[in-house]
This record gives sequence, C-alpha cells and structure tokens, in this order.
Amino acid sequence: MSEYIIKNGKVYDPKTGIKGDVADVCIKDGKIADKVSSKAKVIDAKGKTVMAGAVDIHAHVAGPKVNEGRNYRPEDKLFTYKPTGKNTRMSGGFSIPTTFKTGYEYARMGYTTVMEAAMPPLYARHVHEEIKDTPIIDEGALPVFGNNWFVFEYLKNNEMDNVCAYIAWLLKTTKGYGIKIVNPGGSEAWGWGENCTTVDDPVPYFDITPAEIVKGLLTANEQLGLPHSIHIHSNNLGNPGNYETTLATLKIAEGVKAKNKFGREQVLHHTHVQFHSYGGDSWVNFESKAKEVAEYFNKNKNMTMDLGCVTLDETTTMTADGPFEHHLTSLNHLKWANVDVELETSSGIVPYVYDPNIKVCAIQWAIGLELGLYAKDPLRTFITTDHPNAGPFTRYPRVIKWLMSDKSRQEMLKGFKHSEKVIAATNLASLDRELSMFEIVQMTRAGPAKALGLENVFGGLAPGMDADVVVYNLNEDKIKNPEEIETAFSAADCVFKSGTMVVENREVISNGNKRTLWVDAKVPENKQVERDVQMKFLKFYSMTINNYEVSNHYVPNPYVIEVDSN
Amino acid sequence: MSKTVTDVICPFCGTLCDDLVVVTDDEGKKILSVENACAIGAEKFLHSSDHSHRVTRPRKLQEDGSFKEITYEEAIEYTAQMLVNAKKPSMYGWSSTNCESQSVGHEIAELCGALVDNTAAVCHGTTLVAVQNVGIPSCTLGEVKNRADRIIFWGSNPAHGHPRHMSRYSIFPRGYFTGKGQKQRKIIVVDPRCTDTSSLADVHLQVEQGYDYELLQALRAAVRGQELTGDIIAGVPKEKVYEAAEMLKSGRFGVIFFGMGVTQSLGKDHNIDAAIMLTKDLNDYTKFSIIAMRGHYNVTGSGQVLGWQFGFPYSVDLSRGFARYNPGETGTIEVLKRKEIDAMFVLGSDPGAHFPMQCVKEISKLPSVAIDPHITPTTSICKVHVPVAFVGVEVGGNCYRMDNVPIESRKVVEPPEGMLTDQQFLEGVLKRVRELKAN
Amino acid sequence: MSTITINLISGRTIQQGVSMEGGKETDKYMKACGIIEIDESDFKRLGIMKNTNVKVKSQHGEVIVKAIEATQGPHPGVAFIPMGPWANSVTSPETYSTGMPTFKGVPITIEPADREKVLNSIELVRSKCWGDE
Repeated sequence: MSEYIIKNGKVYDPKTGIKGDVADVCIKDGKIADKVSSKAKVIDAKGKTVMAGAVDIHAHVAGPKVNEGRNYRPEDKLFTYKPTGKNTRMSGGFSIPTTFKTGYEYARMGYTTVMEAAMPPLYARHVHEEIKDTPIIDEGALPVFGNNWFVFEYLKNNEMDNVCAYIAWLLKTTKGYGIKIVNPGGSEAWGWGENCTTVDDPVPYFDITPAEIVKGLLTANEQLGLPHSIHIHSNNLGNPGNYETTLATLKIAEGVKAKNKFGREQVLHHTHVQFHSYGGDSWVNFESKAKEVAEYFNKNKNMTMDLGCVTLDETTTMTADGPFEHHLTSLNHLKWANVDVELETSSGIVPYVYDPNIKVCAIQWAIGLELGLYAKDPLRTFITTDHPNAGPFTRYPRVIKWLMSDKSRQEMLKGFKHSEKVIAATNLASLDRELSMFEIVQMTRAGPAKALGLENVFGGLAPGMDADVVVYNLNEDKIKNPEEIETAFSAADCVFKSGTMVVENREVISNGNKRTLWVDAKVPENKQVERDVQMKFLKFYSMTINNYEVSNHYVPNPYVIEVDSN
Repeated sequence: MSKTVTDVICPFCGTLCDDLVVVTDDEGKKILSVENACAIGAEKFLHSSDHSHRVTRPRKLQEDGSFKEITYEEAIEYTAQMLVNAKKPSMYGWSSTNCESQSVGHEIAELCGALVDNTAAVCHGTTLVAVQNVGIPSCTLGEVKNRADRIIFWGSNPAHGHPRHMSRYSIFPRGYFTGKGQKQRKIIVVDPRCTDTSSLADVHLQVEQGYDYELLQALRAAVRGQELTGDIIAGVPKEKVYEAAEMLKSGRFGVIFFGMGVTQSLGKDHNIDAAIMLTKDLNDYTKFSIIAMRGHYNVTGSGQVLGWQFGFPYSVDLSRGFARYNPGETGTIEVLKRKEIDAMFVLGSDPGAHFPMQCVKEISKLPSVAIDPHITPTTSICKVHVPVAFVGVEVGGNCYRMDNVPIESRKVVEPPEGMLTDQQFLEGVLKRVRELKAN
Repeated sequence: MSTITINLISGRTIQQGVSMEGGKETDKYMKACGIIEIDESDFKRLGIMKNTNVKVKSQHGEVIVKAIEATQGPHPGVAFIPMGPWANSVTSPETYSTGMPTFKGVPITIEPADREKVLNSIELVRSKCWGDE
C-alpha cells in the first residue's frame, strides 16, 4: 500500500490532544503511522486544516424505509442527477440519494464511517444489500429491539439471560451493530392503531411499559458489554411538551455505569434530541426546552446525544416510529407510507417541508442549534440531522457553520417571517457561543467514535488507528466570512479512507474498500431461547427460521467486533 | 438414496413461499418430488429438472426461421455489440431473476445508455405510480396472519394467481391474535366475476367491470357516513356498499389486497389512488393496510434494486446519461409503440406472450436477445436465445416478496452441464461492453 | 349463429400458470390459454355449442380460440381469456399515458369459426410477427 505524508497542516485531534498545531500526519499500510519512508507521497496542507475522517452516529441511509422513500418520491431526483464519471456511477437524489451518491457525498465531506440508524431485522438482508452498494464509507446498522415480542416476553418474566442470548443471536443473524430502540412499546401499539406517549403507558396486550423496556435493554446491553450503548429514540417524538417524556426516559439511565472493554463511557445514547426538546402544549405556544434537556445531559455524564438539527429544507421523514408518521401526515397532508413488521417494529414515511416562513419550523431549527451550544461536553454531543428527517446529511457543513458562527445564526433569526415569535420561543438569540474547530472535531470525530466503542479505530490520528484522514481548505484563524466554513466542509481537498486516497481536489477518485461493521457477542448456549425462536418462527413469522439469517456473502468485507459476554 | 432440501423458496409468484421441501437424487441432479408447493410451483421445479426438452446452449435465428446453436461466447459478443451499437436499447424483464443479476444488468444499462424496465410495466406499474401520488400504508404478510380480522381481495383472484396466499397469510392461518383462523375473519371480494376466491367471501361485491373507481369512492363516502345516491353503484346495490363499509370499520385490523383488476382496468393508477385513500381513511377508525399482489417472484426486487441504484422503481431511461422516469413516456410499451428503441434485450420475462401484439411485432423487427431458460414466444421471435440456469432451482440469489421482505432463494440441483447462470452471462456481457467502450 | 359484442378481460388461471411453467411451446399451454370463457347466456346469443372454435376480434387484432363455458361464473356480458398471446392478440395497447396497456375491459366481437384452428403460442406469435397480416 502507498505511503503518504500530509505536511504542515493545522491538525485537530482530540485523541492525541492536538488543537490546531502545525504537524505532519503519516499514513502507511492503511494506518496512521509515526513516520514514513522517503518514498511517501507528500501532500502539502500548509494553511489548511487536517483531521480524522468523520463518524456519523445516526443516519437513515440504507434499507426498506430509505428505499421506499426513494421510490415513492421521484420528485426528489429533480435537478440532482450527475452522470457517470471516470470512477463513479451516475447518482442522484436530494434528501434520499441513491446508494452511490450517499457514498460519494459522505466521502466528499470527509465522512468515512456511518451508522445506519434503524434496521428492521426481517429486512436486514435488504439493508445489507444497500450497504454493499454504498461505496467508500464503512457502515454498520442498528437493529431495532424496542418493540420486539421476544424482548417484551423475556423482560416481563424478568429473564435477563434470555434477553441477552436473544440480542446476541439477533445481532449475529442480522449482522447488526447494536441495540436501537424506537418509540419503545409505541410502535407495537401502532399494530392496533395506538401509541405509547409516556414512559408509563402500558403496551396493549403485552402488559409492559416503555420504561421497563428501556431499563431492561439498557441492563442487557451492559451485561453483554457491547461496544455501543442502547441507542434510543424515546416516546412522544415531535409533540409539544414532549421534553418531559424525554427527561423521564433519560432518568432511567441515571447513575448506571458503563461496562465494556471498548472505552465507551455512556450507557444511553439519545438520538435526534431536537425532536424531543419541545415545550408548550400546542403548536400555538410551542417553545424550546433545549436548555432544560441540555442541562440534564451536562449533569449526567453517562449519557450522550446527537442533535438532529433542522436544516430548513424540503426533505423526507422516515422512522420506525409508525404512529408518529401517521400523526405527521394528518398535520401536513402529504403522502404517507407505513410498514408494520411482524413481531418486530413498525415504520412510516412522510415528505416534509421545513419552511422558514412557518414559525414551528424556525423554532425547530433553533432548538437543534441551542442543544449544540448549551452542551458543555462536545465529546458527548454529536452533530446529526437525523438524515433525512430533519434535513439531508449533505447539510452538515451548514450546521457546522451555524454552530461556529453567531453572525450566521443571527442573520437567519432576523430573516424569518415570524422572527419575533421565534426569538421569543427560543434562547438562540442570546446564545453567542461559537464552537471552535476543536469542538467540532470532538462532535464529529472523537466523540461519536468513542460512543460507538470505536475510539481506537476511527475518529483520531494516533498511530495504529485506521488512516481516515481529511484535509479541508480552511484556516480557523483566518475565517472572514462564515460561508467559507460551509464551503470548506462541503468538499474536502483530499480524503483518505483506510489509507486509500478516495477524494482529491474535492472529487471522488476511488471507490475505496468499504467494510461492514457488525458485532458478534458470544454468550453461553441457551436452549430455551433457541426453542423460543424456533417456536415463534413456526407459528408467527411469515418466513422460516432457516431463511432469516443474512448470509456472509451479503457482507463481503466485514469488520467483525467480537465481544466475549460469557 | 436421495437428498432432501428444506426451506426452499418457490420462484414463481410474489407470495414467495419459503417452506418447500424438495427431494433430489443422490447426485443432486434430478428433482424427484416437491412438497408444500402449489401446482404451479411444483410444475416449475419438476419441469426444470426434466432436461430432455430444454435448450441448453444459445442459438441464433436463421433466415428460414430455424435456430442454429452458437456458443455462449458468441452470444455474449452478439449481445455486447448490439447494446453498444444501439442508440437507445431497451433492457426489459428482470422479474424472474435474482437481485445480483439485476445489479450487473443495471451496470451494463448505465454504460450503454439503455432503458431499464421490469414487468411492473404491464402489471403493478400503475400501483407504483399511485404510491408516488398518495403513499401507501402497508404491513408485512406476517402482520396480516397475526392480526387481521378483515381481508379484502380487490380485483385479485389468489385462488388462481397466488395459490398459497390464502392459506399462508390471509384467510386461513392462525396467528398470534387470530387463534381461530378463518372464523375470526370477515372476507370481502370485489370482482366482476364470481371466482374461486369470491366463493370464500362473506361479501362478494360484483363490481361492473371498469367501475372500480366509482365503487371505491362510494365506499370512502360510506365509511365517512355520507349518503350515497342511486340504488346501484358500479353494479353493486347501495345496501351492500353500506354493509361492506360497516364491515371494514368494525374490524380491529384490516388489509386490502389488490391485483390486476384495478391496475389494468380503465382508471389505472387513479383506481389505486382511491384504494389507498380508502385505506388511509380507515385508519381514522381502526387499523388498515394495503398490499399489492405482485406477480413475478422477484418483480418487487427489481424495483428495489432500481430504487437504490437510480431512485425509480421501473421504466428508468438512462439514455441521456442520467436517470429519467416518466412511465407514460419511458415505459416499454410506449417506447415500442413509438418505435423509439433500436435494440431489445429481454431477461426474466416473456413480453412475447404478455405484451399487446402490436408491441410484440415491434420487438420482432429489432436486433434482439432473449435470456430465458424456457422456450417462449419471446425466445421464438428474438434473434438470439440464450438459455440459462433456473434461478431459485439451479442457482440461488436474493428475491423480494410482495411485501418487500427479502428472502434468499436456494439452489436445489445442478443446471445441465456447461450452462451459465443469468449473472455469469451478464458479467460476460459487462466485461465485453467495457472493452468495446474503451476502444 | 351470429356475431356478438362483449366486454373482454384477461387474467391468470391456475391452469395458465401450471402449463406456462410446463412449457409455452406445448399443447397443454394452448389448451389452457387458447380459450375464451363465456357465459351460458352468451353462448345462447352466439348460437353455438360449447367447445367450439370462435374468432375473436377487437380494434387491435383478431385470434382464433376455443369457446368454453365460464369456469368461474356466472358473468354475463363479460368474456375471459387467460393471459397469454391469444388474449394479447386482441387486448388494447392503449395506456392513456400511464405506460400500462388496457388488458381488461376491451370491447370485442365473437363469431363462430368452427373450421379454423387454434395455433399454439409459438406459431401464433410468429405468424402475427412474420405472417401475411
């Protein structure tokens, strides 16, 4: 493999503690190295910014929902298509780009690892087919557990070993990465057209509450010692006043210590917190509770969050929270797709136009940024747009700009049609904090890598780590106009993925050598779970057990993380 | 001695049964018996295993109408040359093959600026358009089995088209919340004919052929409690419409399955718009889903792979160097009628039998290749016929069921010696196309 | 004997499926699909015996098939030909800008043609494409 030396760039790396000092970064055999030979190709990064490849902890980029979104929104392709290139397939789409575009655009922005946020186990093979067709970036996928009948029954009977054995089996069977929980209990209730909007609403028939589900899965996650913590989208998403449900959910994890060998410190990751930080009791008095939620996170160091920033675009919402999407279609009257999945989950899709002229949308925009600005620990606060729910991932550079520049935020606030009402319902106008480049690196590299249990592999520039390195044409000390930030982060000067140069001069030059991350947790043999699985497939699934597992050839280049949970 | 393969996937219809048991001879060459399959599925396995009447090498059409055997290499060369030299080739079919082959085919299409279309063009294409119009509240077939107490078959006759659908998922099975099976369910069938499916129904609405839209909108009105005018609506007495509306609303979990009766009749996508909106309306009262009765076992998969690679589910025109989609214009039927394409590549479908004859005649005038294990009307009028191994019998690969659930099909027996699979043939064409394009 | 006008639909039957998988070149396929199912009352109008060959004509073409009694009836005024090249000799290629031909709801006439032969699928399609028509 080639050797490279990236010379004289301003390097930012929380892993090694470099905060913008001029330094060289060496790449050898796909890894970061101490030094390279004289044959190494030299990249001159003078006056530019150098950091590790970014890690996206939560995006909907592959699988049945995403593809239904693509197929049912031909309009999303308008004016977006790029023809076939020398090294690239033709690619298009805006909020739900094709798999090729997904890979290329992430890479161009300097993102090299992405976690698909919700994999319905029954559709796992589809998720992996798409991941396989997404070039360059390493990806994993989180199977959903929060509405799974096996989990309900074992938890209700307080059979923690069985929960663990089932989780381990499902991760292996679906080639999944960790435990995703979406609207615990509520998505099952949606099977009957109902919902759970607080942590204490019992799930119809199953006689278990969302709080019990979260607590149980959290306990199982730590008992198994998985690299990632439970990854939760709590109940009551998107509704005025829901911050109380959010805080009630977070409380479940209070004081619990993480147990794992991957350097992960949190026991709960709450995703797209923007959608869960709403006050008021109607759309009329709808207001930000970002401060309350962020302060809770600041105090409780065993939790992480990602923002889910609204970018004020026309986009496509999609979630395993089926009842929410039904609620949304009744609000905006746009086309509604829904898929309930036997024994496992529900899901829905609705296009959405976040219009800056609509008060609620502008308030949502402010809440996402407030969360990022109130957060005291950037290593526990990650930038996302819950792609494509609050906006497409291709807007990350814009979100970074807003977080780094008070000026750009104030201009936005002033420009809104309902500017005064938005300012009154939020705190953003008074928040003049501007995140530093180092903090942005913590929020997009070191932080999410650590939360995923991958701090020794991704998101840093210590020797021995994977050589995912990005050079941006930007100098933090010389930014005159906030637009420079967005421009620079939109397309890197060059990007290395595992030591291969995949982007040069802002364009994709190689399809890299993408890998699929999954977790193989070893647990003691468990005959009861084996029998239960056999029985449920025989009686209630529409597929036989022997056709359920995702075969290895759908994961042609795996990166398996083994966990000994015996 | 014999060998038994279990959990075999049936590569016939969109029901994609995955519980077949196939017994083969000891060498895994001949299929001796097939259990659990419907009559059609069993015939597919048994017929493929009888090699005596199979064409096992490519063949080229001669002036006198006869065929002359050629090698696979010659067939690859002909196909690659045809696609590279055409200005706007059509690559049609993709529904009776696996996703892996579709993916290779798409790469060829991208390089050659082809029009890629699957059999939705003459099947559920209008459904896909309707979903783009109004969305689709749906669920997996296991949800139906476990929860549904109201089942509607609209313009669909599963007793004939999807023979095991009713026993596996919809009418008869006992699921988690449906322990009494059929007794717990009310069945409504909407069909202009009395069919073998309607004979199982609690209510048969014998709609006047072509008036589905009217009946659907009448049901929507009735569900909302609005007054209907006229005694007979779309051939159905008004009282029966009210009765059906009440039956739909009073259920706990309902599903509408619909087929060609609505997609191909006048009104087309508008019929399905109305059916989907009825489903959406019903969610204000109870839980309701709607599922298309997809035909070919992997037509759904073709839509999926096209979706993630190009963003559109069928009728994708790549001839301008980027993907365009407008089924009324880029659909295969339309481009044939307009004589707009100058080469025809068919794989995993038989347009010769299933297109209106005017379009079949157009195909017969073009440079053409048909990839198909069977002898079909298409292979009989194409310039080159390339027989291949049967997907789901002689080679595995991924397929998508009508509810979009992916299931990997299995290889049960060896193909006749020396035969290529779809994927192998396509990979040969792709390699050759790349070489030709490089020059 | 007379010519009648009737509404044609096409669609699947289990015999169509089985015989198709058994080989479209076979007589079995022709027997399963080279037919038209019509109602008792329509036979009376037509004035022929069941299982007689008839000529089916539409604006889009014509074909010889065997008239049999409706297997899934009654459906007076509606005729049924299983999906296949016989049906498609007369179905409408009109898509009304949807891309979907009109396989169901095609006005046709049926007239007795007891001396004419039903072709098998290969002969039929080849004669349509390359015959004298």
